[in-house]
Amino acid sequence: MTRKDLKALLIIAAAIAVFPWAFGGNQYFISLLVFLGLNAITTMGLSLLMGYAGQISLGHAAFLGIGAYASGILTTKYGLHPLAAFLAGIILSAGVAVLVGKPTLRLKGHYMAVATLGFGEIVFVAFNELSFLTGGPSGLSNIPPLSFGGRAIEGIPFLYLVWGMVFLILAFSLNVINSRVGRALRAVHGSELAANAMGVDAARYKLKVFVLSAVYASMAGSLYAHFLAFISPNAFSLMFSILLLMMVVIGGSETIWGAVVGAGILTLLPEYLRILEDFEILVYGAILLAVLLFMPQGILEGVRRLLGKRKGQGT
Amino acid sequence: MSGEILVISGLEKSFGGLRAISDLDLAVQPGKIQAVIGPNGAGKTTLFNLIAGLFPPTRGDFHFAGKKLNGRKPHEIARMGVSRTFQNVELFARMTALENVMLGRHGRLRAGIFQAGLRLSGMRREERECRERAFEELGFMGLAEKAALDALSLPLGEQKLLEIARALATEPKLLLLDEPAAGLNPRDTARLSETILRIRERGITILLVEHDMNLVMEISDVVSVLNCGRKIAEGPPREIQRNPEVIAAYLGEEGNGAPA
Repeated sequence: MTRKDLKALLIIAAAIAVFPWAFGGNQYFISLLVFLGLNAITTMGLSLLMGYAGQISLGHAAFLGIGAYASGILTTKYGLHPLAAFLAGIILSAGVAVLVGKPTLRLKGHYMAVATLGFGEIVFVAFNELSFLTGGPSGLSNIPPLSFGGRAIEGIPFLYLVWGMVFLILAFSLNVINSRVGRALRAVHGSELAANAMGVDAARYKLKVFVLSAVYASMAGSLYAHFLAFISPNAFSLMFSILLLMMVVIGGSETIWGAVVGAGILTLLPEYLRILEDFEILVYGAILLAVLLFMPQGILEGVRRLLGKRKGQGT
Repeated sequence: MSGEILVISGLEKSFGGLRAISDLDLAVQPGKIQAVIGPNGAGKTTLFNLIAGLFPPTRGDFHFAGKKLNGRKPHEIARMGVSRTFQNVELFARMTALENVMLGRHGRLRAGIFQAGLRLSGMRREERECRERAFEELGFMGLAEKAALDALSLPLGEQKLLEIARALATEPKLLLLDEPAAGLNPRDTARLSETILRIRERGITILLVEHDMNLVMEISDVVSVLNCGRKIAEGPPREIQRNPEVIAAYLGEEGNGAPA
């Protein structure tokens, strides 16, 4: 993590910290910020996978779902402590990621996209059909809130918890990027041939980052389940995988910060596009198109360049 | 002799019906510069890719420093001390010149995802040393002031030198250079030949595929000539230049490509 990263992180942390007071703990804004944080956790993993390692996944909502259902099922049906269920979700997601990643990461580009899409659909069907565990299409309800030492964590403390996780994962990811591992990931993206010839086990690194991104998603999924107390398969459909991907691309897949910005834009935007109803999707499409055409490196980098240009003209 | 660093015996490689290399024996002495020359399609790059483990040979064995290379993956062979450059430069985009060279030290570093993510002290020290070593290699190639530039923004001549710096950062015993002079102007080529000699002074063995005959004859200790996947001659540059079979092979294909 560089000093600039730390500064940006502290500013956002301060904003989140004072937010509940500024808005008087408005439940609507709190849940909006919670969703933003959860999406950011997932997209940071996707950014490592896509932006850095150059591997595409159209099935990441499945890992969110695995985390969410692990937490939901283990706490409601087996009476496990939420923390234990949280860890179980991570282990399960990592295991599934290894099984899925091994064969699919051999594929390139579109083929990998289609393979992960298939995986996402299989998991989606499983959530629907394994009714005795998942409650089927009507979902799983009465999931208890997250708790520490018998105290339930809800409302503002939960918001802080989520954003605490966001910052930890952000710092962790930024550190990974500026290291041997991050260089290896970028090298695999740049030229797998040369990476291998320089002693990088490209296949292993692709698998590692796939598992890491699955773990991030699983953590977000578990928190999501505890926050809403209710989950159903629809939240983890292909549509959401695509939305996650759009967040990464719109924010800018080449930096971790871009993933956070993208998560912010596509989490908040729908709230302001409600009036458009069914035409909402058109606006998404237009934004995606505009970003790809005019700011192919994402909104964050695009805005940064615009500002830099203006500054350059001023002096 | 038993001191060879690389021994290739009975090598054969077919791609479908095309036999790219047949019955090739090649031995490389440590601390020497050995060139592999031959007309286009003679099997030179195939030979390099076979040594580097990109694909398995149809027949034949590779021994590097006494250990068998067959069946090992490219990254394992790299970590044993065989490094290479590419005919078409394969630098990493979106990485600076320094980062490209630091990547070369990948196999010498240990930090995994968790040490890196948590920035443990061992990882920080390792990273600092890696940066210093990478700077040294850039300096050795005369690229120190380019460290912070995007690798792909450098002119071709410097990109080729940067690739060599990256390969040297792996601390190889054997360096495979695949047409390092291709596309270079005479001044860059002169700089390259001087650099290759300095690499030999570091005790690194060099196996060189090259079409620039002036360069090959000037710096090589041994020249091996391939034609149609077979070795037709081997010896010091002076002998090779006079070898009638070599001259025929070159003149038969392209008159102006004859060993000068």
